[in-house]
Amino acid sequence: MSSSDQTASTSFNAPDCSQIQLNEHGRLHHFLTPQNLSKDILTEIMDVAESFSSVANQAVKKVPVLRGKTIVNLFFENSTRTRTTFELAAKRLSADVININVATSAASKGESVLDTIRTLEAMQVDMFVVRHADSGTAHFIARNVAPHVSVINAGDGSHAHPTQAMLDMFTIRRVKKDFSKLKVAIIGDILHSRVARSEIHALNILGAKEVRVIAPNTLLPIDAKALGVTVFNDLESGLDDVDVVIMLRLQRERMHGALLPSENEYFDRFGLTEEKLAYTKSDVTVMHPGPINRGVEMAASVADGPNSVVLQQVTNGIAVRMAVMTLILGQNRQVVGAE
Amino acid sequence: MNILIKNGRVIDPRNGLDTVQDVYIADGKIQSIGKVPKGFTAKKTIDAKNKVLAPGFIDLNTRLREPGFEFKATIASETKAAAAAGFTHICCLPDTMPVIDTPAVANLIQDKAQAAGFSKVLPIGALTVDLQGEILTEAYALQQAGCVALSQAPNTIAPHTLRRALQYASTFGMLVVLKAEDAAIRDDGCIHAGEISSRLGLQGIPASAETVAVAQIIALADETGARVHLTGISTAKAVSMLARAQKDGIKISADAHAHQMHLTDKAVETFDANYHVSPPLRSTSDKKALIKGLEKGVIQISSGHEPHEAEAKQAPFPSTQAGISSLETALPLTLGLVAAKSLTLSQAISRLSFGPAEILGIDAGHLSIGAEANLCIFDADETWKVNQQNWLSRGLNTPFMGDKMTGRVTHTLIDGKVVYEQG
Repeated sequence: MSSSDQTASTSFNAPDCSQIQLNEHGRLHHFLTPQNLSKDILTEIMDVAESFSSVANQAVKKVPVLRGKTIVNLFFENSTRTRTTFELAAKRLSADVININVATSAASKGESVLDTIRTLEAMQVDMFVVRHADSGTAHFIARNVAPHVSVINAGDGSHAHPTQAMLDMFTIRRVKKDFSKLKVAIIGDILHSRVARSEIHALNILGAKEVRVIAPNTLLPIDAKALGVTVFNDLESGLDDVDVVIMLRLQRERMHGALLPSENEYFDRFGLTEEKLAYTKSDVTVMHPGPINRGVEMAASVADGPNSVVLQQVTNGIAVRMAVMTLILGQNRQVVGAE
Repeated sequence: MNILIKNGRVIDPRNGLDTVQDVYIADGKIQSIGKVPKGFTAKKTIDAKNKVLAPGFIDLNTRLREPGFEFKATIASETKAAAAAGFTHICCLPDTMPVIDTPAVANLIQDKAQAAGFSKVLPIGALTVDLQGEILTEAYALQQAGCVALSQAPNTIAPHTLRRALQYASTFGMLVVLKAEDAAIRDDGCIHAGEISSRLGLQGIPASAETVAVAQIIALADETGARVHLTGISTAKAVSMLARAQKDGIKISADAHAHQMHLTDKAVETFDANYHVSPPLRSTSDKKALIKGLEKGVIQISSGHEPHEAEAKQAPFPSTQAGISSLETALPLTLGLVAAKSLTLSQAISRLSFGPAEILGIDAGHLSIGAEANLCIFDADETWKVNQQNWLSRGLNTPFMGDKMTGRVTHTLIDGKVVYEQG
């Protein structure tokens, strides 16, 4: 990445940490964002997840892949759901897991992120799973940990949530098999959504035919096209002929920031109903990262309807996180599936 | 002390001078250029062969951090860095602690600067008491105490209060230096609102945060007749609005920070907090428009120097403090524009010296016979690498650490005394 047409006489080191996620052998070392990763790596994550998906059905839901490894779930932002799936994933891999919730306060910002990391690192931690309200936190931590310590981004601000994106890719692949023919529409608060950004990267890397976003202009980034998507302001045209619909959660505080007038109008224009679903392909797959506001983002009949794979997403989340942890920390990084 | 500077390429944009001549300095003043004055014997001779001798640079926007933030930098450390970068005069903004809202603080800063013996410090007083945007400061008393202008620094002020403050400042012909930024539109933004903010999910600062403020300030400057200077503009639209206002005869000037003409928001792509700066690094088209505005003389150059302690930058990007330590890269970055043929060397020097002097209304920034000998000598072709050993500012927060620069000051003279000589 260059800092754009610099003048000739003065040379600047182009900031480059696109490769920060890979080790010297080109293998995954941190998982911060799908951006700049290869199709092969994303495919490998899904393949390994596939081999793990049977573990949950065993009588003993454990494999010894990460025995002796220590994983810290470091959450600067509350999230029971995501933390739980990471915890379960690590435990099923036989790793030791510690959960640390740093209360959201002024003191948890800035220097104390670094202090917290340094303190924990001194306890021989192998991996941090980090969630923080500031975009860029996972990159910041990855740059500041010892070389043998890995970081998985469990959500940083509005930037990235790569494991959520990968579990959605995994879910899509299980239903649709091939990405190259897919038209995917993402609906809702794109502006604030780390899930949407990571999904868009992953879909484009995996070769989806078209990625669309559908939202009112107040919930779109200023240069939404730069994400690599087609932009729509209405469901009627945006949903036309799509194969997969991904709904995003609408935070209620958006009404207070003058971004939206009311839940009613949002549901009327952007809520997914059975009627609106008729614009899509008949075998459309409906997804939502949860938790769903029924009657705001989508009608209950759609959320719980035959096209919805919302519960599969949750189940797949564990296998995908097991896969990412294994690819990063596993001894020979060859996965032996269930034993 | 009599000083002879031999064989330098003397460039004085105000007097239209660009000639290889010897310069004779006596009694702290430029006594002669070319001809040997009668009875002149040099105590010191500086060989400036293949170097440029220019008026000392004048910075319209520096943070010295003292009093109150000595853990970031001090007057002594930053004036030394300034002198080594060719700046003979630097204007410091009033957001110190205490704020420069009384003659006592203004005097303290000037006394400390004088004791340090490097660049001259021209304080900019606060426009309102404690920069709270409510009560006017004693503009006349601050002017008498050496303040060259008044400023609200980055703090907010309601439009009706700003209107009154401009009216009052204009009573004493005092310049008002403003940062053109609508804080409500900026909100918690930390990067230019554009492609990169969209991709990274960092809250963007739209160009309108600047243009709305520029439009408001132009209207108020027009109505009150006050002299207003906008420091650190960053957008293409602001340049065109200012060009029109200047054409209409409104007394409004502006500067852009040297790094804004080199970096764009693309630099933020890796979340490197050294690129977190206010105003934010903007788009390539904004950068081009700033360079064009510089060439046309619509804007001048300032450093926008904001030294920070290391901890200020050690956090996730949005939680870091904005600012670049930028005095020491101002000249090489500006010479980069000359190398790219965007500016002539004379224009580049003018935007760093006589242009700012004219805005401040001070007799400086030129090499007229009889003028105070405030000047610098630089090698326009010397390349050097920015590193912690040769960096003088206490703020190491430069995105150029480790980078190659072309153009280096070898001597700086203030009132005829050599205050910096390259080691």
